Amino acid sequence: MRNIFLFIRRYLNFLLFVILQVICITLIVQYSKFHQSIFGGIANQVTGNINSRYDNVEYYFNLKKTNDSLVKANEQLYNKLAHNFNVPDTNLRQRVDSVMLDSMEAFRQFTYLSAKVVSNSVNNQSNFLVLSGPNVAKMRIGMGVVDFGNAAVGVVTDVSENYAVVMTLLHKDSKVNGKILKTGETGTITWDGKYPNLLTLNDIPKSTKMAKGDTIITSGFSTFFPKGLMLGRVEEVYQEKSSNNVKVAIRTAADFYNLEFGYAIDNVKQIGIRKILEKAKAASN
Amino acid sequence: MTSLVKNMIRFVLLILIQVFVLDRIHLHHMVTPYLYFLFILWLPFKMQRGWVMLLAFLIGITLDSFRHQPGFHAAACVMLAYFRPFLINILIPQEGSETNYDEPSFASIGGLLPYLIYAGFLSFLHNAWLFLLEAWQFGNIWYFLVKTVLSTIISLVLILITELIFVRKQKYKTNTI
Repeated sequence: MRNIFLFIRRYLNFLLFVILQVICITLIVQYSKFHQSIFGGIANQVTGNINSRYDNVEYYFNLKKTNDSLVKANEQLYNKLAHNFNVPDTNLRQRVDSVMLDSMEAFRQFTYLSAKVVSNSVNNQSNFLVLSGPNVAKMRIGMGVVDFGNAAVGVVTDVSENYAVVMTLLHKDSKVNGKILKTGETGTITWDGKYPNLLTLNDIPKSTKMAKGDTIITSGFSTFFPKGLMLGRVEEVYQEKSSNNVKVAIRTAADFYNLEFGYAIDNVKQIGIRKILEKAKAASN
Repeated sequence: MTSLVKNMIRFVLLILIQVFVLDRIHLHHMVTPYLYFLFILWLPFKMQRGWVMLLAFLIGITLDSFRHQPGFHAAACVMLAYFRPFLINILIPQEGSETNYDEPSFASIGGLLPYLIYAGFLSFLHNAWLFLLEAWQFGNIWYFLVKTVLSTIISLVLILITELIFVRKQKYKTNTI
């Protein structure tokens, strides 16, 4: 017994070193992307507070750029207004519908929640945004986030009272489903941790015909993003000798260096889809 | 100003500079300028190793909470703090220099070159362990090595600039009291 105590006293520093390293590595491994911990909650409140104070100052210097981007976004929206479009055929027949259920009426599936970006990073291996604003209270984990041009940016991973943390596409654990607009092939979009603004589209068969500049959109398979949001454009196609697939480098549509505002997309039907998926999984087990 | 107050101010200032100035510099996608661990390099000689490691863990976890991923910087800082005394023992010029000065500096470690070795080796250790943990999945050894070396050089330049701008006046203490 005495020897054990002597041993502990002798190697106290080394033991402390090992214990602290083990704590750190456990934190790294445990804190996976959808893991909300007590640490996350408290730390978000404190760091979010400091970040938003800093952002108040920095925001002032970016007002001009923000204004330009809002004008551009407004222009896009004006172009989508109904009175811009004319009905081509005025000779439409009127028909009385005997079905009571109005299947023509659109129902809402997605709502956009705007928020201010208070902190952002691009040069780490795992990059996050922090959003703040009154809409944050309505945000939930798993919502997709887009920038002002409706281009995909990331997914909400952590929500505290006043701040929401968003894992951007520039994160080594980020996986988003992408689709080539022209041909319709879908694949998984990941980030290799090297160049911000360059993503990789995997699992595309070699037979696919692609050219530089082809548009990649969200596929709508995941519940994070609606179908058809801009993800990026093809930059280069890499042939893989060992497999049947090619890797495609994609230039992102969102400019991760300059994000002032973000919109979280609330998928109103998300909970329903999740429930069905869980039921299917439970049934198959 | 007591050593405690001085170190508390350093802690806050270095974290703020790291988060709001250095993290926002996009030097190159490969290089991240790190300076905050200067706090650990400047801790007093006579502080016990256990406390140095705990403080290193604290400053690391503080930076991690700004990055929203706990563990990475804390692990790197603890590694740095554990190896600090070994380097001091090797580099310190003669018996008793650590009792004559409070903290590691040009004067107390014995000139520019030993101090550069001290700072350079420890920042290399910090960066290497950090990038190793971060890049666990993509194991490209050359990319990792180049990134570590470049980041270490930038860290060293930053440390030198800080040392030159903020000259720390240190009293030479003798034991003839």
